[in-house]
Amino acid sequence: MNPSLLEIEGLKTYFFTKAGVVRAVDDVSFTVARGEVLGLVGESGSGKSMTGYSIMGLIDPPGRVVAGQVRLQGRDLLTMGAEDLRQLRGNQIAMIFQDPMMTLNPVLRIDTQMIEAILAHRKVSHTAAREQARAALAKVGIPSPDERLVAYPHQFSGGMRQRVAIAIALLNKPDLIIADEPTTALDVTIQGQILFEMQKLTRETGAALIWITHDLSVIAGLADRVCVMYAGRIVEQGGVFDVLAQPRHPYTQGLLDSVPSRAARGARLKQIPGMAPSVLDLPPGCAFRERCGYASDACAAMPEMRPAGNAEGGQAVRCHHPLILRVTA
Amino acid sequence: MTVATRTLTRPGRTATSPLVELRGASKRFVKSLDLSARIGNLLGADVREEIVHAVDRVDLHIHPGEVVGLVGESGCGKSTLGRLAVGLLPLTEGARYWNGIPLVGLNPEAARRQQLKMQMIFQDPYASLNPRMRVVDIVGEAPVAHRIISAKARTEYVGLQLNRVGLDPTLMRRFPHQFSGGQRARIGIARALAVKPEFLVCDESVAALDVSIQAQVLNLFMELKSALNLTYLFISHDLGVVEHISDRVVIMYLGRVVESGSTPELFAAPGHPYTQALLAEVGKVVPQKRTYVPIKGEIPSPLAPPPGCHFHPRCPHAMPKCREAAPALKQIAPGRFSACHLNERGA
Repeated sequence: MNPSLLEIEGLKTYFFTKAGVVRAVDDVSFTVARGEVLGLVGESGSGKSMTGYSIMGLIDPPGRVVAGQVRLQGRDLLTMGAEDLRQLRGNQIAMIFQDPMMTLNPVLRIDTQMIEAILAHRKVSHTAAREQARAALAKVGIPSPDERLVAYPHQFSGGMRQRVAIAIALLNKPDLIIADEPTTALDVTIQGQILFEMQKLTRETGAALIWITHDLSVIAGLADRVCVMYAGRIVEQGGVFDVLAQPRHPYTQGLLDSVPSRAARGARLKQIPGMAPSVLDLPPGCAFRERCGYASDACAAMPEMRPAGNAEGGQAVRCHHPLILRVTA
Repeated sequence: MTVATRTLTRPGRTATSPLVELRGASKRFVKSLDLSARIGNLLGADVREEIVHAVDRVDLHIHPGEVVGLVGESGCGKSTLGRLAVGLLPLTEGARYWNGIPLVGLNPEAARRQQLKMQMIFQDPYASLNPRMRVVDIVGEAPVAHRIISAKARTEYVGLQLNRVGLDPTLMRRFPHQFSGGQRARIGIARALAVKPEFLVCDESVAALDVSIQAQVLNLFMELKSALNLTYLFISHDLGVVEHISDRVVIMYLGRVVESGSTPELFAAPGHPYTQALLAEVGKVVPQKRTYVPIKGEIPSPLAPPPGCHFHPRCPHAMPKCREAAPALKQIAPGRFSACHLNERGA
């Protein structure tokens, strides 16, 4: 129904280190439609941030995108020249990082940085650009934007800095925003404020959003669809309601069971045994099988992504033994 | 007066005094004037000392076997209060009690033995372990130094400690960097337990861990509590974790306790507007599109806290009175304490 804005097919990003090949992103495919919020969930080292960086073309050596396609409105970003990509970044696609100081230059005033971002992509006068910057700051809920424009990043609190970073991402009305754990370092009340602004902005502008996080509760409240990553691969994807309420992959189920607020107070949490494997020279087969209660000999071969559960809703799972529907009391 | 109300609230508990108690505890950090500022003052510049009221007249009591959750946002003084409770920082004002006995003027030997009964587990499993020491030294140093075990028994003793926290004892010759985050958290726990403490302060001890590892470590905390009869002060900003593990919750805002009560009651019916706002932000992993309704504003700087109730600039119910007088922490129901002027209106 909705034409896909972004299509990723068979994306592989490997890091060639002295110790061996790190398959950070391994055969990742998904699509994002206009106005959609896609949650990319996983634990540290699962490759969720590297997927975001690969889309933006921000992989540095020894890392390299070795295979796959990343198509934004049909144009492949991976084969695009550096100059074309530069025109796209900050214009059609924008990224918000976990640490806003990664986005902001500490020695430049906010107005300098914002106006530069506008003038890099639009032919407008300096005055008009300044006015747009002011409007963007007001839009993300920064009080007295005129005074804040002439401030330096260190004069802002953590939450306000993240708002500035979001304002910069929004300046050129991007079609796609990639947000990499933007609220992880913030306090809960400030996180609530940022989520509120993001929700409002995506609704107003119709921009698609890829929200990368380890926090399932944020995904539950914000996302339309979700991809769960484990050891560089997507292990389950689908509508947020399907995946979180009726997970089909044992890892998704284990992840959900590990969240304390779902268990009875004081009761033992259902834990996933062991720890995530190193993606350095990962053995073939399902990466989760060492920790999985359902593993069998079949799991020595890598399972394909197969429709499961609400397949019409796009739910799919990479597992030889997908969980069957259990009767919930 | 607070002592009297407390005894009233816990009729069954009057016989046992709290294991750890802080009365009227305050901690102020003062940045004293440097030479240039003092010269400036001589010349008539009005440079003042900067004083941070990190903890402001807080009463805290923890009964034996209890898990008390201490919740607040960054800069609210929860870590400082934890350090005061465990004795890592001296109190600026107030008094500290252990089993009802004031902890002042102990002779060095008694103070040393007292300190062993309280241990702390730190937030950062990377920064709180010496990278140049092997695990056997990290865990075994303190029990040998305090003559809990002989130096000869160290290897065997450390093996037992590691086993108890779910680590393979054959790894004890390794260095901290050879372990994952979750394993390092376990080493920190083993180190704290090696001196046989009765009371543990866990300062954001699971905050740095992935959710599946966090569940393992939370389970370990619960197992150790029942196996070793431990009492915890569990400091966290994660309300989901606190709700799961604590018997009682204390909510702090800018150096003061704003509300406390038993976990089920407080989570079911938060009384203080700040607690209400905090709980509204607790993520539930129930897929449901939510509309985020944030509380306004930011946490003020503890260098210049607002007058009256510290929360009034962000409070949706603020009245003129809130700007003038700080509300006292009063009992609003058995075992429930709240510091808010709204409580008086209802009564």
